[in-house]
Amino acid sequence: MDFEPKLVGFLCKWCSSAGADLAGVSRESYPSNLVPITVNCSGRIDVNHIVKALKDGADGVLVSGCHPGDCHYTSGNYKTWRRVALLKHVLEDFGLNPDRVRLEWISATEGEKFARTVEDFTAEIKELGPGPFSNAQE
Amino acid sequence: MAIKPRIGVFICHCGENIAGTVDVSDLAEEIIGYDNVSFSTDYEYMCSDPGQNKIKEAIEEENLTGVVVAACSPSMHEDTFRGAVEDVGLNRYQCEIANIREQCSWVHGEAGDRPTQKALKIIKGAVEKVKRNVSMEPVEREHSAKCLVIGGGIAGIQAALDVAEAGNEVILVEKEPTIGGHMAQLSETFPTLDCSQCILTPKMVELNQHPNIELMAYSEVKDISGYVGNYSAQIERKPTYVDEDACNLCGDCEDACPVEVTDEFNQGLETRKAINIPFSQAIPSSYTLDTDSCLGLNPLRCSECSEACDADAIDFDQSSEYLEEEFGAIIVATGYDLYPKEEMGEYGYGKYEDVIDGLQFERLLSATGPTGGVVRRPSDGKIPENVVFIQCSGSRDPENHNSYCSKICCMYTAKHAKLYKESVPEGNAYVFYIDIRAGGKNYEEFIQDVREEDRVLYLKGKVSKLKRADGKMRIWGLDEIAGERVEIDADLVVLAQSVVPSEGTDETSKKLNLNLGANGFFKEAHPKLRPVESLTGGVFFAGTGQGPKDIPDSVSQGSGAAAKAIDLLAKPKISHDPQVVEIDEDLCSGCGLCVGQCPYDALEINSQGVAEVNEILCEGCGTCASGCPTNALNLRNLTDEQLTEMIHAHIGD
Repeated sequence: MDFEPKLVGFLCKWCSSAGADLAGVSRESYPSNLVPITVNCSGRIDVNHIVKALKDGADGVLVSGCHPGDCHYTSGNYKTWRRVALLKHVLEDFGLNPDRVRLEWISATEGEKFARTVEDFTAEIKELGPGPFSNAQE
Repeated sequence: MAIKPRIGVFICHCGENIAGTVDVSDLAEEIIGYDNVSFSTDYEYMCSDPGQNKIKEAIEEENLTGVVVAACSPSMHEDTFRGAVEDVGLNRYQCEIANIREQCSWVHGEAGDRPTQKALKIIKGAVEKVKRNVSMEPVEREHSAKCLVIGGGIAGIQAALDVAEAGNEVILVEKEPTIGGHMAQLSETFPTLDCSQCILTPKMVELNQHPNIELMAYSEVKDISGYVGNYSAQIERKPTYVDEDACNLCGDCEDACPVEVTDEFNQGLETRKAINIPFSQAIPSSYTLDTDSCLGLNPLRCSECSEACDADAIDFDQSSEYLEEEFGAIIVATGYDLYPKEEMGEYGYGKYEDVIDGLQFERLLSATGPTGGVVRRPSDGKIPENVVFIQCSGSRDPENHNSYCSKICCMYTAKHAKLYKESVPEGNAYVFYIDIRAGGKNYEEFIQDVREEDRVLYLKGKVSKLKRADGKMRIWGLDEIAGERVEIDADLVVLAQSVVPSEGTDETSKKLNLNLGANGFFKEAHPKLRPVESLTGGVFFAGTGQGPKDIPDSVSQGSGAAAKAIDLLAKPKISHDPQVVEIDEDLCSGCGLCVGQCPYDALEINSQGVAEVNEILCEGCGTCASGCPTNALNLRNLTDEQLTEMIHAHIGD
C-alpha cells in the first residue's frame, strides 16, 4: 500500500478556515490526508502543539493564518511567523526535517490556494516519506 | 467531583451534500464507541426544525452534557444549533460543530472510505473539545449612547441625521471648513438632472439645526481608543480665526485680503483669498482664515481682514480646542478623491490646461462655478466647440493603474456630455468608452437618451495618443465598432478620472484598527451579508470610503450604517464574547511577556506581580497563551489540553 501521510492543519478561523470553506463551496478537490483544527488566530498556535502533533505521529503540520497586515486580531500572525521560523531551526537541530512544518498565509478569498497548498504539501510529505514518529500505515 | 460527560453526536446528511461522499450511518455507528459519546444519530437535514428537535429530545432523554453536530461550516449554522441546545437548558458553549461538509465531503472525491475516515477524525476532535468546554455567559457592560460620524459628505450627513432622529446624540467631525463633501461641488445629478446643491443644502441645514447633532467642522479625530460601546476619542477643532457667531458674511475681509491662492472647492480653476468661505451655502456659515496662505497672524505683518471687519469677528488669538468624548458607535464616512494627476502620465493630465477631470468639469457646469455655468475652457476662456470625454481614465487598467471599475464615471460622463450639448447645442461631444455600465434605476434609459436625443457620439475604444497643437488637443483613438482609427481636434478634454479612497483613509484605518482591501478602500465584515459593518465591533461604513458609489448608494449605505449604529446604541447593555484568556496565578511568574504580545492592551501585571486580563478588552485571539513560557495563560474553551486532545484524536493510533 502507498504511504498516505497523516497531516494536521492548524487554521485560523477568520482567514484560512474560511478559505478552506471557500474551497469546499467552490468544490476544489484535494487529498484528504490533512485533518483541520480551527483556532481563533494563528497566534493561538503554540510551538508545543506543532511538536505534539509530530510526536503523536503526524508526518507534517500545516500552520495557516491571515496574510501579513491582514490579521483579524491585528498582529497574531506576526508572532506565529517568528515562532514557526524559530521552531524550524530547533527541529533541524534535533534532526527533524523542517520542511515537515509549513507556514502559509491563506485568506478567506483564497479557496483555490488552500486546495493547492494541501495538495502540494501532501505530495511533498509523500516524497519525504514517513516522519520519525509516524504512525501512518505504509 | 465533576459529572462524567455524556456527549451526543448528530450527523447531518445535508441531502446528498454530505451523505453522497461520507458514509453517515457508518459514522454514527463508529462514534458511539468513542470516549464519552453516549448517543449518536444521523438525519437528512439537522438544521431543519425536525432535525433540531431530534437534538433537543436527545439532550432531555439522554441527559446529554454536550453536543457535536457534524454538518456544514460553523459559519453557517453554529448559531442555529447553539440556540437549539439553549432552548432545552444546555449552555450554548456545550455545542460544537464538526465541519464535515466544506472541509470534507465537498472536497474529497476519493474512492473508498478515506473521506469517511477523515470525517470521523474531525468529529472525534470536536468530541474531545466539547467535553472539556466550560459553560459561559456573555460578559456584559454599560455603554455610551453617543455616535461619532467621521466625514460630512452626503453619506455621513444621512447617517448622522438618521442616528439623531432615533434619539441619539451625534457628533459629526468634518476636516474641511464646511460639510457637503464632493456632492456640493456637483452641478446636476444623474439621471434626474436635479441641481446637486438644491437637494443637498436642505440636508446640510437640517443637520446643522438638529438638536441632537453637534457639528465639528474644520476638525479632526486625533486619537481613538476603547472598544465596542465604549470608544473614547480626542477631537481637535482647528482655529478658523473667525468668530462664527459674530461673522455676518459681508465679505469685506475677503475683499481686503491681499493673498490669492488656488481654490480647492473649484478644483483649481479659480483662485480664492487666504480668508474665504468655500461656497455661499457652506455650513458652518462662516469665513475661515487659512493659515497656510495667510501672510501671518500678526497685525504687524498684515491685518487687512481684521481692519476691514466691522463685526469684529476676526480673532488672531484663537487656538485649537480639544474635545474628549465617549462614543458607543462610530460611523466612518471618509469618502473619496480622484486618482491624482501625478499618477497619470497619459492624456496630458496635469500638463495641459485644457485636459481636465470630471470634478473640474462639474465646476465649469455649475452656476456657482468660476464661469457662472458657461462652459469655457481653462486656457483662454473660449467656449469649446469639440469636447472629448475619455472614460476609465485610471480605472480598469490593471497594468498601469487601478484594476477596478470606478462605477460612477459612465453615468457622470453621459451627464456631462448632455449638459454640454444643452449649453452649446452646436458643439460636438465625443465619448471614448470601454463598456457602458449603467446598472441603476433609469440609468440605461438616460444613456440612450444622451446618445440618441443629444446626439453625443460614443466611440468604443481607447485613446492612444494626445498632443497639443495649434491651441487644440489632437487625439488619436480607435473606433472598434467601425474598425477605424479616429483623429479629433478637441478644444477641451474631460477625463473620467478613477475614484480612489480619500487621503487619510490609511491613517483612519490605523486609528480604528480597520482592514483595507487590496485597492485601499475599507474592507467590510462580509462582502454580501455585512456590507456596512467593519470587523471592529461598533464601527460601521458609509459611502465611498468603502468603495466607489453614486449618491443613491451612498445615501442608502449611510442609512444602513445608521440602522446598525442605532441597533447597537439601543441595547441596554453590550455583551462581549466570553471566550477570553484566563490566568493561573500560581503558574504566572509575572514576566510580562504576555503584556507586550496583546494587541488590545488587555493584559497588565497587577500589584500582586501577576498578569491580569481585562475581559472587555480581550478579543480572545489567544496569542498570549501560546507565548507564555510557564503556560499560565489559557484561552477559555480552546485550552492547551483541548488542543492536545484534538491533535491526538486526529493523529493517534
